[in-house]
Parts: sequence; C-alpha cells; structure tokens
Amino acid sequence: MTPLLKVTGLTRMYGNRVGCRDVSFELWPGEVMGIVGESGSGKTTLLSCLSARLEPTAGTVEYDTRAEGLQDIYAMGEPRRRLLMRTDWGIVHQNPRDGLRMGVSAGANVGERLMAVGARHYGEIRAQADEWLRKVEIDGDRIDDLPLTFSGGMLQRLQIARNLVTHPRLVFMDEPTGGLDVSVQARLLDLLRRLVTDLGLAAIVVTHDLAVARLLAHRLMVMRRGEVVETGLTDQVLDDPHHPYTQLLVSSVLQP
Amino acid sequence: MTGATGYNFAYLDEQTKRMIRRAILKAVAIPGYQVPFGSREMPLPYGWGTGGIQVTAAVIGPDDRLKVIDQGADDTTNAVSIRRFFARTAGVATTERTTEATVIQTRHRIPETPLVEGQILVYQVPIPEPLRWLEPRETETRKMHALADYGAMHVKLYEDIARFGRIATTYDYPVLVNGRYLMRPSPIPKFDNPKMHMNPALQLFGAGREKRIYAVPPYTAVKSLDFEDHPFEVQRWDQACAICGSADSFLDEVVTDDRGGRMYVCSDTDHCTSQQTRKEAAE
Amino acid sequence: MYVAVKGGETAIDNAHRLMAEERRGDPAVPELGLDQIMEQLGLAVDRVMTEGSIHDRELAALAIKQAQGDLVEAIFLLRAYRTTLPRFGGSEPIDTAAMAIRRRISAAFKDLPGGQVLGPTYDYTHRLLDFALAAGAEPEAAVRAGHPLAERMPRVADVLGQEGLIERNPPGNDEPPGDLTRQPLSLPAGRDLRLQNLARGDEGFLLALAYSSQRGYGNTHPFAGEIRLGAVAVEFVPEELGFPIEIGEITVTECQMVNQFKGSKEVPAQFTRGYGLSFGQSERKAMAMALVDRSLRAGELGEEAANPSQDEEFVLAHSDNVEASGFVQHLKLPHYVDFQSELELIRRLRAATPDRETAE
Repeated sequence: MTPLLKVTGLTRMYGNRVGCRDVSFELWPGEVMGIVGESGSGKTTLLSCLSARLEPTAGTVEYDTRAEGLQDIYAMGEPRRRLLMRTDWGIVHQNPRDGLRMGVSAGANVGERLMAVGARHYGEIRAQADEWLRKVEIDGDRIDDLPLTFSGGMLQRLQIARNLVTHPRLVFMDEPTGGLDVSVQARLLDLLRRLVTDLGLAAIVVTHDLAVARLLAHRLMVMRRGEVVETGLTDQVLDDPHHPYTQLLVSSVLQP
Repeated sequence: MTGATGYNFAYLDEQTKRMIRRAILKAVAIPGYQVPFGSREMPLPYGWGTGGIQVTAAVIGPDDRLKVIDQGADDTTNAVSIRRFFARTAGVATTERTTEATVIQTRHRIPETPLVEGQILVYQVPIPEPLRWLEPRETETRKMHALADYGAMHVKLYEDIARFGRIATTYDYPVLVNGRYLMRPSPIPKFDNPKMHMNPALQLFGAGREKRIYAVPPYTAVKSLDFEDHPFEVQRWDQACAICGSADSFLDEVVTDDRGGRMYVCSDTDHCTSQQTRKEAAE
Repeated sequence: MYVAVKGGETAIDNAHRLMAEERRGDPAVPELGLDQIMEQLGLAVDRVMTEGSIHDRELAALAIKQAQGDLVEAIFLLRAYRTTLPRFGGSEPIDTAAMAIRRRISAAFKDLPGGQVLGPTYDYTHRLLDFALAAGAEPEAAVRAGHPLAERMPRVADVLGQEGLIERNPPGNDEPPGDLTRQPLSLPAGRDLRLQNLARGDEGFLLALAYSSQRGYGNTHPFAGEIRLGAVAVEFVPEELGFPIEIGEITVTECQMVNQFKGSKEVPAQFTRGYGLSFGQSERKAMAMALVDRSLRAGELGEEAANPSQDEEFVLAHSDNVEASGFVQHLKLPHYVDFQSELELIRRLRAATPDRETAE
C-alpha cells in the first residue's frame, strides 16, 4: 500500500531562524495525525509547507495523486497544485473568515469548489450545497444568508462544508476549534470526528490543545523549536510520554 | 499627410502605430487574451474611447471608410467627436451606413446589421479585466487567467440566481472566447453577445487607460457564461420600434412627457433608417 | 410623430464656441498674455510642467490659459501634446549635488555645510489677504546676502552616508530606466517606474496619501532631511559624439526624506530614504512624493504593509489625474443602452415578485 502523504527531510528556514527542521513521516489513507506543541514550536509553518502554501527550504512533500501516484507537490507546477488544493484537499483555517467568501451566500460558499471544477447545473450545485449544510448542522433555510450573519461556530462548520463538498481525501486543519466557546468546541469536535470517520478522511490537525488531539488524532507528532521530539499513537504519547518536553506538556494540562 | 497640419496621419507617429499593430497581432493570435501595450496619451480624455481610437489609428488607412457609433447612434456627442477627430487627422471618408464601413468604432453596441468578412469592429473598453470585481489585484488576476481558474466567476452568477431567480447581469456580460480566455465584451448589452459568436468580422478591443488590447478573430467561438438549467438569454421587448416597426432590434426607451408617457425606438440609428426606407419602398 | 434627437454636431460646435467666449471673459478686460502667466503664476506653471511631464514654461502657460486656469485640464493638454513629440533619448542623470542653490533647508540638522538657505518661500508668511496687492502695489526689493553662497553644498543624505547611517542607494545598473509613457506598467514595478509614476502623479492624491501615512496609516517616521531648489544642468549624450554635452538648465525641487528604520534580521538599524523630485518650485509635491515613495518600500524593507500608502498596486494605479479625471468624467457620456438593460431587468424582477407591500 502507498502512503497518502510522504514527507522527507522537510525544512523551512526564515533567514537564520528555524521554522521547522528535518521533518519526515508518512500519512496513510484514513489516518488522522495530530501535530501538537506550544505556540512558536513550528506547527503552523509545518502545516503551511505540507499544504502547498509555503515553499520549504529543503526536503520533499509527496502526495499520492489519483492519476500518477506519489508526486512531489512542489515540483508539479502551479496549475496541478491548485487543482489538487480544490479537489483532493481541504484546508480548514483557524479563523473561518480566511477560508470563506464573506460577501456571498452560504450556498455559494459551499458551491464554489464544485463550480471551480466544472459543475454548471445550478439546481444540482444548490442541492449539494443544501445537503452539505445539513451535514454540518446548518439549517437549510440559511442557504441564501451571508456568512456575516453567522455565529463563530456556524462559520467554522460552513468552512468545513465548503471544504468537504468535493470529497477530498486529505484535510489540513489549523486549530479548528481555536477561538470558540467550550460548549461550541465540544459540538464541533463531535461533528469533525463523525465526518472524518464516516468519510474515511485522512487529516492533519494542528492544535495546542491536547484534548482536541486526543479526541481526533490516531497518531501524534510533538514539536518543539521546529523539530519533532516524539511521535507515536495518541494514547501512548499522552498516557506514557517519553520525551521530557512531552511530559511537561502533558503535565501542564489540568486533569479533569 | 491630410487633414490637420503638424500631425501625422491618424495623429500617432508610425513607430507608435507599429507598436500597437504588434499588440493587435498578438491579440489575434491568442483570442481573448489581454495584451499590455504602451498606450499613449491622446487628445481625448481617458474613458472616452482612447483605447478604441488608438486601435483605429493603428489599423486605418487612407482608403478606409469609418463609422463611429456610441449607444448605437452615429450622432451622439462622443461619436461625433471621434469621427471628426479621424476626419481631421487622417482625412478618411466617413459613413453612417454599417454596410459601407470598413472600420466601425463603437461604444456599448454591436450594429444590428450583420457584419461581413473584411470589416473591423473596434470596441472602446473602459475596464478590460472580467475578474476585476472578484479580485482587484492585477498580479492575482493574471495568474487566474494563466491557470484558467474561472470558478469564482460562476459564484457571481450563482448568487444572482439565488437572490433574483435569474442571472441579473444585463450588460458587459462575461464570455469565454475560443474555449479558453474569459473576456469582458465591454459594456454592450447582453442582447448583443450572440452577435460576437462566429462573427465574420475582426473584432478588436482597446482599453487606453488600462493599456490593454484584445481581440476576437473572425469565426471564433464566443460563449456567454451560464448554467445548464439557467441558460443565457437576451432581453426582449413587448413593443416594436415606434419609428421603423422593427421587432427584433435593441430598443431605447424615450420618455415623452411627465405623465408616464413613453415610447420605444431603435438604439441603432442606421438600422432604424434603413428599415424605414425599406418599409417606405415596399408601400 | 416622434423624431429621435438629432443635430449633435451643431450643438457641439456651439458648445465649444460658447466655451471660448467664456474663457475670454469680458472683452473690455485686457487679454492675459503667456508672459504674464509665466511670470506671475509661476507655481501653477511648475505644477503643470511636473505632472504634464514636459519642461517647457511657455507650453505650460498656454495650457493654463487654454484651460482657463483648470490645472488638471492644463496637465491633460500638455500630456496629449507630449504624445506627438519625437523622442531622441534619455538625458544623463541630473546632479543635484552640483545644483545652483536658490533655497535649501534641512529639518534634521540645525546647521550644516553651506548653511540653511531660505530663498523664496511662503512658509513664514502670515496668510492674510494682501489688499495692497489688489491695489497693484510694487513689492519691496529683497536684500541680497553680502556674501555668495557656498560653492558646494553637500546633500544631507550624503553627509549621513559617510558615516554609514543611511542606506546606500542601490548601485545603478546599466539598464536604461523604464518609461511608463512607452511601456505599460507591469507589477510589481521597479523603483524607477514607481518614481516616474509618482513624479507624474496628482499632487492632491499624493498629498492625501502622504498625510495618511503621518496619521497612523503606515507610519514611516520621516524627517525632512533636505529640500533643495535650484538650477541643474541637463546633459545628453548624442550617439554621434559619444560624450555628454550640456543642452540646457532646468529648475527642480528635490526632497530627501530620512526615515527611521529599526533594522531587521539581515540589516542593522539605519536610516532609510524616500525621494521626491519635481520641476520648478513644487515643494508640497516633492515632499508628498518622498513620503509615499518610502511608504511603498514597506514590503521591500520587511515592514508590515497593510495601509493604502504602502500598497503599490493601489497607489500606482490611481495616481494619475489625467486617467482619473477622464474616467470619472466619462460618466457624463451617454449610457442609454446599459441603463435601458438595467431598467428592463428591474421591471422584470419587480413583476416576478408579488408586491410586498400589498402582500404583507
């Protein structure tokens, strides 16, 4: 079996400062990988490099394309990379405003990716938008409303629907529950977990919140100062941390 | 040298005209692609047809016969001003008859009379970039064209239907040229869009202020964007032209009094006149 | 029967004749001569030359007269005339260090080699309407200094440069500078095109942008390092000679803004530059230009660029008043056809939705 994503020696420098250094791993279809660490540990830099938004200084990111198998995403050229980003991939930003068009309706936000890949039947686009809004628990009668009128939790769910409508195989999430109330967070996490399982999605989730990591991720990578200090199955890493930094991270979480 | 003394034929010097012709050739070779060109400052204001005038100046010769229309009419102020400019600086013959013209410069209309091979239709373009309202940055729109990344354009049409039940763009309606480049047809009514498709004439577009030239060569496919279940359609009127009786031309509404009285007349004055003549001859 | 509006040609001719009459005004009042404009409305002439991109006082005066004193219109006239002029080539860079100084001030140093030379300025006048001027009073003679000005007055930026306190201008390459009047602007623009764009740009627009940068929309921490006004020689290298010859002298205003810069990872803290240059005496323009030039370098210097004055695409695309004036005023042209299309759509949409007021 081929991994969905194969990362080798990935390094990103900002001048002399390290963004992330020498990261290698493989992600398998349907697997959810969590990247945890404090702010400034290089999680977001790594995620940007993985999701084709920030060219690495060294190393490769290969993706298992449907047509040609494993391909280096930075060698494939922008047209194919853009196509990948709007078909096979999804990107869920921490701030939903970065991932949505705030000036057009919820339906158009969900339908955009369909139109970008050639859907030209208004009725079908609308039907799919409607279906996806319901899947993320947004009332169908909000389909023509502008996102400006949505709450924070609804915006995040709308962003998720917008990403999933083209049935991607891999979704990148940057602090998907950041900035939300605790009760709203719980509902969103529940929804995310259900969608990921139902759709067999692979995902890479960046979070500083170990509770989020425990709920969503099968495997964890712990980052510190741009480097991966520990990897393993989520429960193992969190219940029996080996690296002192991971131990510190885990112990600093208030136990329920 | 004819016309105004002290100025070259058709105002621009020959070097400049050659530069513009090179841009036009490139535009013809890549239908719908916006070619940047070194637009000059003309003695007419930007936004009043400087792009069209430069294109016309570059393609017109002493034997040409020029027609200039604005809103379909030959005698609106700006059409008069541009026609005079060329009569003065190039000394070319002018005409109001579509069939007699070899070069037609237009603002906002395509003549009702079908064009034929050998004719050139020069459009004045205020804003050439069809993606401008979605994306104000030139650097990004250039990339979107290069990658034919046009999905966002349909988002606007989707919004129209969701809000109004129909596509609510009535003029400057975006088209896809030769299956590749998204293009603004300039602010012609969408009524005129079908005339662009497989037209035997050469269609040239000049945007002076924005410094772009683009073209639709003869017999090129021009498709107005739409949805399968909301196909592109043009305006229709319940009335016929009050002067010539035309039932299939674009009509201007004329307010005749302040009690709601109004009538409809052809916007294309040459078409209206020739229909009248035909009607009178038949009677 | 209704007859469509005709007679556009005659109407236009008559409108132009009426305009010419208005321009002349009361024939009992003596007609304005170009020499009067050149001599007595000199600052207007300077602005029209700068933004009209031709250094010719007489043509600028004619444009001002023909435009009835509407300077944007006069700039337009000069630009359109410029299109028809043959191009022989580019001059050598002017050497403002060798300028025959008429005015030179620095707000960064109290005194400096060559001293502060106030020269002609309104800066310290009380802005009181002078009714004596209305009555035609002759001005008092200005007292000349007892000693001549220093031969060389080093530019403040060069003084700072000796200590390495201000960034060096990047070394010139052999590429001839771009020319916006020949090639369309492509973005991102180099500094040559940016400076040309700003030099031709509307004084009011640049003034407002510069002002916004001072009010918190992208602060550049500026000091007026130096403003100098005076005559410089223009040299040109004819191909057949191969060496520069002086072809004339022009008066220019140069402004070097000195801006604080805290440095970055790559570059130690130092002052940075913003540059402004205009024909004649146009200090407001040169200073505004220098502030905007520096603002536009935000990206290059690694500063956050989130404000209008730092946005190259926004500033360069909207600075030209000939473009702006034409496009704003083109709304006066008929739009019957587009309006008709919209009218028809609005009616149709209203017909399709039941009357809300009666329904509710």
